[in-house]
Amino acid sequence: MAQRRGLLRIVAAGIAVALFSIMVLVPRAFERPLAALAKFGQPAIYDRDSILALTLSHIGLVIAASLAALVIALAIGIFVTRPAGAQYLPLARAVANLGQTFPPIAMLAVAVPLTGFGARPTLVALFAYGLLPIFENTIAGLKGVSPQVVEAARGMGMTGRRILREIELPLALPVIIAGFRVSIIVSIGTATIGSTVGARGLGEIIIAGLQADNLAYVLQGGVLVAMLAILVDLGLGFLERRARQPRSA
Amino acid sequence: MITVEGLTKSFGPVRAVDGISFELAEGEALALIGPSGCGKSTTLRMINRLIEPSAGRVLIDGVDTTGIPPATLRLRMGYAIQGIGLFPHRTVAQNIATVPRLLGWPRPRIAARVAELLELFGLPPAIFARKYPHELSGGQQQRVGVARAMAGKPAVLLMDEPFGALDPITRTRLQDEFLAIRRRMGTTVLLVTHDMDEAFKLADRLAVMERGRIVQLDAPESLLRRPASAFVESLIGSEDRGLKLLSLAGVTALMGPAMDWMPIGDGTFRKAGANVSLAPLSASASLREAASRLVFAGVDELPVIDEGGAIVGVIDMERIIAFGGGSR
Repeated sequence: MAQRRGLLRIVAAGIAVALFSIMVLVPRAFERPLAALAKFGQPAIYDRDSILALTLSHIGLVIAASLAALVIALAIGIFVTRPAGAQYLPLARAVANLGQTFPPIAMLAVAVPLTGFGARPTLVALFAYGLLPIFENTIAGLKGVSPQVVEAARGMGMTGRRILREIELPLALPVIIAGFRVSIIVSIGTATIGSTVGARGLGEIIIAGLQADNLAYVLQGGVLVAMLAILVDLGLGFLERRARQPRSA
Repeated sequence: MITVEGLTKSFGPVRAVDGISFELAEGEALALIGPSGCGKSTTLRMINRLIEPSAGRVLIDGVDTTGIPPATLRLRMGYAIQGIGLFPHRTVAQNIATVPRLLGWPRPRIAARVAELLELFGLPPAIFARKYPHELSGGQQQRVGVARAMAGKPAVLLMDEPFGALDPITRTRLQDEFLAIRRRMGTTVLLVTHDMDEAFKLADRLAVMERGRIVQLDAPESLLRRPASAFVESLIGSEDRGLKLLSLAGVTALMGPAMDWMPIGDGTFRKAGANVSLAPLSASASLREAASRLVFAGVDELPVIDEGGAIVGVIDMERIIAFGGGSR
């Protein structure tokens, strides 16, 4: 059963990788099926920019924002689970939640006057939006480590720093990766609206399609974003499972 | 040698531990025993400073440990707890290597120590070294837990109900194994338990605790013969304390000269003039086993043989009963 599920995952990943690579590297390959969706005289394939360049820019935005969110959320999550930082837990939770209560489009609207158009407001929105899942999972993961295991480590003479690095973080890792996975998947989708404020990315294709009433563009952009999300999800899911099971002799 | 002087812990107005003092000689095993909440675990945890004492101090070989950073101090004290606390993401070998690694031992020395301990605890390294804790039975996990606590050759091994979570059969087996290992290695042990039988079995002396104080500190036999208070008496269990007393002494201490007993060739012995042949007692048997055998066989004496099968004496009911005399 588990074996069949593993096989299914590999097949799905293979199809997604193949489809995504073709769409990015040889966009024209799908001209014929997409043409059926375009109106008469409209181009079926987005050609105002290189798909590869847009994809890389999209990935760059997401990675920059998500990594920043990971570092900050992890640092704060670790801090508020230490005895010294425990009193800041409610405050940190409130701030992280605030990032999620704003719809991303509102976040962009607020960020533009502060940072100008382009990639910056998008980065701010993605960062603020990505914090909460990582933060909450870091806390859940660290609090989920058996107190007996930590007590044993302390009793054997490990320092707090060492316990964190060698015991707590490795044991919390699967849960933290799961949080990062949610965060980055949301970011991949949310980054598309960054194109409304001039950030370069795959959202450009969708927005161009919406403006020109060109369904072929919308579908091309939508499928590209979806494939990217699926691939990242599969990849991080794999890492999460690896971190979860100690490999046995 | 470990010296504990006036160790006290107050939680607000409550004194959980109230001026505990005792000495633990090199190679000795001392059990802190008492009901839940008597302060025995708190005392243990103050010794390795998992809990900071409100007052009092602990000395190792005459050196006050107050000035030593807690983490450094703990490297010199083994610590085994109930529920084990093995690191689930590390192999058996890595778990046992924890303290030697923290102490910065060279790799070959760590590997040798891990292999030595695994052998000692009956877990062949070839099979167990690379296993993860979740692949072991409860008894095996507990063995690894104790082996891990002993790995850094600590000055004292602190154990908090180490066999508490096991089924009775596994617990007895582990206690026997641990006793043999302790005798062989000469480990100094401070044990916390609420199980009187476990304390009698594993410890040379018992410190009975009640509401944060030691009410009696004595060898098992003195504790049974002369309990200091009704509380100690009730903790010992007054009904079967005669039997407990018998389990503390071996038959060889009490047996008389063997006369008239003859081997008849099939491993059993017959007394001159009698017509039943009886299986002998081993010289390592306790008086309790001897009494049990006598009662079961319905006779008043039995021969005792050494490891080679030669008769070394006889034990009879009269002597066993006399052993109980002198208790109040």
